[in-house]
Amino acid sequence: MTDSKSRLLILGANSDMAQATARIFAAHGHPLMLAGRDLARLESLATDLRLRHAATVSVHRFDILDTASHAGFVAALPVLPDIALCMVGLLGQQRESERDSAQASLVLRSNFEGPALMLGVLANAFAARGSGTLIGISSVAGDRGRAANYVYGSAKAGFTAFLSGLRNRLARQGVQVITVKPGFVRTRMTEGMQTPGFLTADPEDVGRAVYQAWSRQRDVIYVGPLWRLVMVAINALPEAVFKKLSI
Amino acid sequence: MKLAGWGNFPSVDCRVISAAGQDALRASVMAEPSLIARGNGRSYGDAALNPKATLLTRRHDHIIAFDPVSGLLTAESGLLLADLLDIFIPRGWFPPVTPGTKFVTLGGMVAADVHGKNHHGAGSFSNHIESLDVIQADGRVVTCSRSQHADLFAATCGGMGLTGLISSVSFRMKPIRTAWIRQQTIRCANLTDAMAQIEATQHWTYSVAWIDCLSGGADAGRCLLYLGEHAEPDELDARHAAAPLAWPRRRLVRVPAYFPEWVLNGYSLQAFNAVYYRTARPGSALVDWQSYFYPLDALLDWNRIYGRGGFTQYQCVLPKAASAAGLQQLLHVVAQAGMGAFLAVLKQFGDHPGGDMSFPMAGYTLAMDFPRQARSLALMNELDAIVADHGGRLYLAKDARMQAAMLHRGYAGLERFQAFRQRSSAANRFTSHLAERLEL
Repeated sequence: MTDSKSRLLILGANSDMAQATARIFAAHGHPLMLAGRDLARLESLATDLRLRHAATVSVHRFDILDTASHAGFVAALPVLPDIALCMVGLLGQQRESERDSAQASLVLRSNFEGPALMLGVLANAFAARGSGTLIGISSVAGDRGRAANYVYGSAKAGFTAFLSGLRNRLARQGVQVITVKPGFVRTRMTEGMQTPGFLTADPEDVGRAVYQAWSRQRDVIYVGPLWRLVMVAINALPEAVFKKLSI
Repeated sequence: MKLAGWGNFPSVDCRVISAAGQDALRASVMAEPSLIARGNGRSYGDAALNPKATLLTRRHDHIIAFDPVSGLLTAESGLLLADLLDIFIPRGWFPPVTPGTKFVTLGGMVAADVHGKNHHGAGSFSNHIESLDVIQADGRVVTCSRSQHADLFAATCGGMGLTGLISSVSFRMKPIRTAWIRQQTIRCANLTDAMAQIEATQHWTYSVAWIDCLSGGADAGRCLLYLGEHAEPDELDARHAAAPLAWPRRRLVRVPAYFPEWVLNGYSLQAFNAVYYRTARPGSALVDWQSYFYPLDALLDWNRIYGRGGFTQYQCVLPKAASAAGLQQLLHVVAQAGMGAFLAVLKQFGDHPGGDMSFPMAGYTLAMDFPRQARSLALMNELDAIVADHGGRLYLAKDARMQAAMLHRGYAGLERFQAFRQRSSAANRFTSHLAERLEL
């Protein structure tokens, strides 16, 4: 029964959003491949998924920043997944990124270079097979650069553009590409940030949104319907006005 | 960021950090000279607030092991009771003890040593714990139980997170055959009648009374006694018997905004209580587990009904011998003040000793919500005197306002608890707004 369900690979599976997404796919009977750096925590999550949902789970060591290893990682997987979900992300400290280019570089590589190159490798494998779904978690922060987080935001903007191009390239080759743009999410990444409650999602909301986007074969989704409106409004502001705001 | 408990008071600016996984928790303990764990933030007062570092453990929620023969479950402390119920009821398992909301974490259940409607027979949550893994002030992860590091175990159950960081919990679930509860409702005319009925129905697994604390005189203490028993499959109708461990999914309703303070007043509450008392149907009914155990969970953010000023839940327990006289006095004072609330609950506790700072004792517990106003604070000070004079005490998980002296009079295990915290160096590292207020 479970083996007829699409197999999901999660890159960066130890994040709060990844864990919530894994649980939703596991509850629907999907076999899971969890990839990340902290193997011990991944094993613990795998046990949790087996006990909660009797899921079929494997764990795989993976480092998004080690781009030279990406092709080898995919080639070494026991089976090519049907769905690949990239949940890697690093918010960093904007102020620190402004002062320290090594820090900025880490943010850019973690949110853009690493995820884009890895999904590129998977895209080729999926295209060769002629099927599959690639899902990238981008961010509303990539829709317009703001003083508060533009290093992170610009990396996400790059990732959004990359996913858009990938979708265009693969549209006629049987491969679906989905861009997911969460707004504020209550996770370890945003700990201590005071965010407006009605615009803040829980990791479980993101998980449900990802599952829905996959099952309905959507292209680009925002997590929380309000965000689409908020971003339309923000994008509509003339630059002369926008640059003087602190939002 | 501003944090508060469920009662929305006090609201304190806290530095918030979070961690998941025992290694990450340990690293946080070692890095923070002063911290307190916060699970799902459902204690009412200031127990899970520390301005220097409040550590969110909600994502530390892996199930580690489950034995389907014995029902022994081991899980990380951030696991939500709601998740546990969703996963295990369909498999025929139920928690041995549950508080009145499912939106609590296992760690919180240990720290408050929560009780449920079955305390008279089953005791509190700690009575069902096999062992705990606690991260101590020096960074050691210590497994404790009744026989192993018993002093740490006794101080941690009910210890409000002040003895160390609870990393994982092992306890025994109990088998059930349906997701339904056979509920018996009995109308009791006054307090004497209620206590007689409660005594006479002790063989029921679950028992709790909703009490109209606004009626005075001869009607004082009139209440509806709800008894409950896990239903057997043959009690269900054909449709439900086909899937006895399934239950109807409810749409949850969220209270959209804080109510203005004037909505709840003596008149509106008196009317609510009177209607509630008169429209209840005595007799037997089958209800699903959510309606029986967690009626308020269907109304998300219900604490907003009390307005932005917040509210206090006053929950006390009186020793059995002093209960009749003490409760009579408490109800009299509350009815006189005309300040009772929606939710006054009366329940009998059995004789099941828990940890050093566990709230329950053999006797009766009374819980009432009061909106936070100068008048209600004065009333609660009056109630404190009655509770203390009768040898009772207040529940730390609900409290936001009592004075240290009140705590010291009521908790006989306090000295042992404080000695343990000094000895283990927990006293400096694990602290909270509540701990400082009460000089724990």
